[in-house]
Parts: sequence; C-alpha cells; structure tokens
Amino acid sequence: MPLQSTETTIIGGGVVGLSVALGLLQTGQQVTVLDGADSDLRASQGNFGLVWLQGKGSNYPAYARWTSEAVSDWADFADLLTDLSDIDVHLEQPGGYEVFTEQSEFDEFLVELENQGKTLGKNLDAEILTGAAMRHRFPELGSKVVGATFCSRDGHVNPLKLLRALRIAVTRLGGQIISNATITNITPTPSGGFSLIDRSGQTFGAEQIVLCAGLGAMALAPQLGFRTRVRAQRGELLITEKIGSPLPFLSSTIRQVDEGGIQIGGTKADAGLDDGDTLEFTARLAQHAVEVFPQLEKTRILRSWGALRIMSDDGYPVYAQSSDHPGAFLVTCHSGITLAPNHAGPLAKWIANTSDAPNLEAFDESRFPFLQTV
Amino acid sequence: MKVVSRFYRLSDAGTRTVTLTVDGTPITAQERDSLAAALLAHSAKASRRTTRLDTPRTAYCMMGVCFDCLVEVDGHANVQACMTQVREGMVVRLQSGLPEMRGRND
Repeated sequence: MPLQSTETTIIGGGVVGLSVALGLLQTGQQVTVLDGADSDLRASQGNFGLVWLQGKGSNYPAYARWTSEAVSDWADFADLLTDLSDIDVHLEQPGGYEVFTEQSEFDEFLVELENQGKTLGKNLDAEILTGAAMRHRFPELGSKVVGATFCSRDGHVNPLKLLRALRIAVTRLGGQIISNATITNITPTPSGGFSLIDRSGQTFGAEQIVLCAGLGAMALAPQLGFRTRVRAQRGELLITEKIGSPLPFLSSTIRQVDEGGIQIGGTKADAGLDDGDTLEFTARLAQHAVEVFPQLEKTRILRSWGALRIMSDDGYPVYAQSSDHPGAFLVTCHSGITLAPNHAGPLAKWIANTSDAPNLEAFDESRFPFLQTV
Repeated sequence: MKVVSRFYRLSDAGTRTVTLTVDGTPITAQERDSLAAALLAHSAKASRRTTRLDTPRTAYCMMGVCFDCLVEVDGHANVQACMTQVREGMVVRLQSGLPEMRGRND
C-alpha cells in the first residue's frame, strides 16, 4: 500500500502559485490551489511578459545565477506546458535590448551589467552599443537613442497564455483549483496543519501551505510569523493596434506580442494599492516608444492599464519556511514569469524536501530585520 | 450569392443620404449612420477576417469595445467602423490579415 502523499494547499492562483503547484504535483504531492476573486490585485494579468536576464541581480549574485538558470530552462518548460495543456505560450528568446535615451541612465545600467557579468561570466553574453552603433545596426532607430545593451539570452512569452496553460496543466495533473477563495485568515491548528478562512467565511483545512498570494502576503505573511514585508510598485502599460510589420528587435520596454500588437511599458511608481493608469505616465511611455522607433508615431494605442509589482524590501525573491509554524512556506517575487521554470522545478523540490532539493538559503528571509507587528 | 441583410431601417423619411464605396462598390447610407450600421444595413456578409485564424467577423458590440468591426477607411487601416460616421465619398476597404505599420507623421 502506498504511503499517503503530502497534501499541500497553495494560497494564490497566479503564475507563481500555479508554477509551484505544477512542480509539487510532479513530485507526487496532492495539491489544492486557492485562487482569489477576479477583482483582486493580479500581477499575472497585467504584466509585460519578459523572460529577462540582463541587469538582474547585479548586487545579488545568487539572484543573477537563479535568473540565468530560469532563462536556460524556459524552452523545456514551454514544451512541458504545451504537452500538458495543448497551449503554445509563444516563448521567443531571440535576445533583447535595453535601449536608453538618457545618458545618465545608460551609464548607471552599464555599471549594473558589469557587476552582473562578474557573477555570470560568459553566461551573460551581453554587448554594449553606442547610439551610433545601434543606428548602424538598425537604421530605423530614433536619433534620441544614446546607447543600448544586448543580451543574447533575453526573450518574452505571452503571459496570459502562460497563465491559462498553467491552470490547465495543474488541473490535468490532478491539482484542484478553487476560485473565488480570497483567504483572509490563517490559523495553525494544535494538531498540526492550518485552518484557512476566506472572505465569504468559508473554511479550508490544510496540512501544509505555500503562500503565493502576491500582495495578499501583506496581510497573510505576518499571521504565519514571517518577517518579510511586501509593497506594491505600479507599472503602467500600453498596447497598440495589431500590425503585421515586425519590430526590428525585442526590448525591455517595447515588444511586439505574438498577435501583432505592440506593448510598451516599464514605468515604476509608488501608488499604494491603486492599479489605475495616469495620463502622465502613459504619455511618457508613448513618447519613449516614438523616440526609440519613430515609425510608431502613427500607430494607434488601444488600451492603457496599470498593474502592481510585488516588491520585497530589497526587491529580491523570498523563499522561506516559517520557523514558528513548520509546514508554512512563503514564496514571493516580482519576476514570476522569468522565474516560472525555477518555481516549478528546484523551488518545488525544496518545498517538497526531495533528495535533489537545491540550497535556497540565499533567498531566506533571515536577511531582513525582524519587525514587531504593531 | 447575394447575402441579404437582416437589419431593416426604422422609417426616417427626409434624412439625407450619402454615397460611399466598399471595395469599390458604391453603397448608400443615411447621413447620421455609423459606418458599422451602414455596412450591416447593406449586407450580412463578414466585414473582416480575423488576423490569426482567418475566420469571418462583423460588427458586434456597436459601442467601441469588441474591435470586430475594423475596416480600412480612406487608406487608414484598423478603423472601428462603429465609432466612425459615414461621409460622402468615403472609401472603405474590408480588411484581411494584419495591416502594415502606418509610418511616421509627415
């Protein structure tokens, strides 16, 4: 008779929660995903879809390596998702550019890239180009571009198809996804395990829990004794009409999605939990796009929106097990698309404590000071 | 085969008519019609084919949301017919596939 497998409940049905769910299912665990309401803040439905390495972890070598690993594993991960869900997530890794129209920002980024290169060596595979060199390579580029960097390993994916593929894959592997279950209270039970209550008062029992609730961790992480605090950082985005002409290259702020529309993004602002969009930032995005690609001038913008990134105090991921309540894990990061293969792979093995689990100490929350809750 | 429109006009005697062309064929519309209404009144045929799967579409929401009524108007692609009023002499082309980038402002 087989041993009873561990039952894990994942709080949060976004890209991060579903990636972890997929990984835990593959280790043989039984998994339930408690997903929130449509109106909850959902980074998974508003993000830019980059699978991006350059610039990541310039002052945090473990994060640079972790991201490099994810970027390497993405192609296999995309194939796995297609096998499991019959959905093509449209992964492309043609290499990508960071394009600058401000000399000071370019100079700052070159320092970051150099630091990242010290960790990754030739695995970074980056190139630095002056504005003139860029215009030589791409004659259609705008005159305001002062410089750019290229990393051959950067790419992008359709993030909404990724979310859908993950939901289908998790369900087909036997995971249960419960919608409209926005958890508000988590209580450890005396016999071990946890009792969860959602906004409507419904209760769920759980043996082991993984908190993947994005900004929901603001309220839930302290209930489990975690010291990690997350905050929102708003990004605003634009999407244009669909066009057939391909953009000459992929960049971190301007990319053409597989359906033909051009997505423009990359703003950062502290706006609390307001995920609206503003004329100030959307106008700035449109201007940036036209400065880089003047030929976009007549392309029409169809929609603009805001979405909230989930930032820890130092901006790096947190993978932690509660010391007060063993069996409770916290997973939070702002690059859930790029890191998805790691979350479904090594992170899930770490949570399941398999024999080949990696050492993820670098991402523990012990790097943060403990703050008394007031 | 002629595809007959299933839309009919409420009586609105006295409204002036305008003439526009759709893929070169002249059609008449009433002066305050949206282009989408004029196309629907003229024919029940699809007014565009989708860019990915090449399936037929025509105006659906009539209020600027669904983008299923996109047509080319006077040389400009991806125009929402439901948000555009007809004009005398308007040149309309039905779209198939993705349009090219428009280029820079002159």
